[in-house]
Amino acid sequence: MSIYRNLLGGRSGSVGLVVLTIFLVFVLPLSLDAFRLNMVGKYLSLAFVAIGLVMCWGHGGILSLGQGLFWGLGGYCMAAFLKLEAAASIATEAGSDQIKALSTVGLPDFMDWNQITELPWFWYPFKSLPATLALIIIVPTVFAYIIGTAMFKRRVAGVYFAIITQALCWAMEILFVTRQGWTGGINGITDLRTMLGWDIRSDSAQRILYFATVAGLIGCILLGRWLLNTKYGRLLMAVRDMEDRVRFSGYDVANLKTFIFCLAAAISAVGGALYVLNVGFMSPKLVTIEPSIYMVIFCAVGGRMSLIGAVYGTLAVCFGRTFFSEQFPALWYFLMGMVFILVTMVFPDGLAGIVNRWGPWLWQRCARLWTRPAKPAAVPAAVDGGTP
Amino acid sequence: MIYPHYALEVEDLTVSFDGFKAVNGVNLYVSKGELRVVIGPNGAGKTTLLDLICGRTRATSGTISFMEHRLTRMPEQKIVQAGVVRKFQTPSIYPKLTVLENLEVSFPRGRGAFGSIFFRRTSDVVDRIHQVAKEVYLDQLLDEEGEKLSHGQKQWLEIGMLLIADPQLLLLDEPVAGMSVREREQTAELLRRICQGRSAVVIEHDMNFVRKIADKVTVMHQGKVLAEGPMDQVENDPRVIEVYLGH
Repeated sequence: MSIYRNLLGGRSGSVGLVVLTIFLVFVLPLSLDAFRLNMVGKYLSLAFVAIGLVMCWGHGGILSLGQGLFWGLGGYCMAAFLKLEAAASIATEAGSDQIKALSTVGLPDFMDWNQITELPWFWYPFKSLPATLALIIIVPTVFAYIIGTAMFKRRVAGVYFAIITQALCWAMEILFVTRQGWTGGINGITDLRTMLGWDIRSDSAQRILYFATVAGLIGCILLGRWLLNTKYGRLLMAVRDMEDRVRFSGYDVANLKTFIFCLAAAISAVGGALYVLNVGFMSPKLVTIEPSIYMVIFCAVGGRMSLIGAVYGTLAVCFGRTFFSEQFPALWYFLMGMVFILVTMVFPDGLAGIVNRWGPWLWQRCARLWTRPAKPAAVPAAVDGGTP
Repeated sequence: MIYPHYALEVEDLTVSFDGFKAVNGVNLYVSKGELRVVIGPNGAGKTTLLDLICGRTRATSGTISFMEHRLTRMPEQKIVQAGVVRKFQTPSIYPKLTVLENLEVSFPRGRGAFGSIFFRRTSDVVDRIHQVAKEVYLDQLLDEEGEKLSHGQKQWLEIGMLLIADPQLLLLDEPVAGMSVREREQTAELLRRICQGRSAVVIEHDMNFVRKIADKVTVMHQGKVLAEGPMDQVENDPRVIEVYLGH
């Protein structure tokens, strides 16, 4: 019973989760071709960041405009592992054109192009998959911990915090672009082929990776639900609304904030790693400010209090971007801006707010139509609103 | 020098904001179980004095001690853990949480990030919440959201949130501001009741209310202590009438 209430969010929460699962597991894979499904997989790996932002921004009031940084760190960790494997497999294909062009066999190609003849020390852990998987979580979390502690202990908050995260994100992009020999520079880490010998580029692998992404996403939603239902979840809202009251109730507010910031970073990083598996490359252009702002828009459009809304918000904005930028390339940015203004001014609770407001009414309407022949006066119970 | 019979000792306390001394050489001694009221005109430094005691503002010079703790340099949450709690002038409650959740969040257990994640609403917590809610007249409203309460009820809820931590010293900034006459009476009764065995420093403007609750009154003016003593003595002090009561 408590699992039902705390993990699934009671009746309305479970309905939302079941609908989302059916949509992602059955409706989309059955109705889309391999190319479009892969695109959805790509979008869903961005939804991880939006879920992190729901917790950190929607519930905790910490607006970070630099979540792409953590997402990118996760992605780069995964890409580093795949790149080393790709380099090793090229080395075994003796006689190929690619190997003739390299002077140091077995090293990632971009290192070779930059006259690096030995693998840098921080690339060594990425030879092992377990170490890589651990680092995907550890590197962004440690980073977030340092940023969080430094900022929150000094009571940096609100707009100042947002600007600093944005600057850090930009600094990270510059670092990735300029350290070409270590990171692949502006091109990023490309030509990723296999994971432990399994070809990630085939249609069947892409399909499996799509389902892995969905599973990860649902896992993160459940984790978020559980967390937000604990005393910590309520404290988070308390910090958002009345920080001083929490501080003067004996809590170290900086620690509470740092924790959620680290968790949001870790969740984003998982998304980044899955993104790399879905698309087969990693680029510094994905780590920078623009994608980070998109991520905040995903979260705002979905409804910043709703974990499930974050997924729909991401899909809606990404598909909108694909559709409109193909049809009206010049208008797209204006449309995006309008959507953001509209969401913040008219629908502050985003898609989730619309569903919570009109969903019960629609449900009653449909149910009434359904039951009319038998019992005209019956009013079925409405789905209660509020999907946490 | 140590005065063991005092709970709170404030000595030569001064805070300067860009040269302006909001609190200037204040000495204040509050005994165990005493309810002290601080009065004075606007800008006298009353709220700043409370800010200094609870650690929200740091003193330029002087010392603040509570029991065996030296509060002057302690982080805010440690001051709270030492038993000193603060109520703000405008009711500071969590608007999106229910009365029960407001009280639960203030319950002094599970104060770290991990501690609060694994905090369980056990029966002793629930019992304590009900007990406190009854004391602050909110036992019928436990499932009401904070923002839906009336102004006076919000003030009580905040007092309840302090009370649940079982503090030793209460710092209350205008606890009856914006309350109706009936609510003021209830609050006076409430304060007398909860201050049994605790010390309190209360800032208040309502003289009738002060007369009902105060053991001793301290009058502040321009950052300094102007007068101190029982209410009837202070009321008749010509200097106090001159700067404050005469208006």
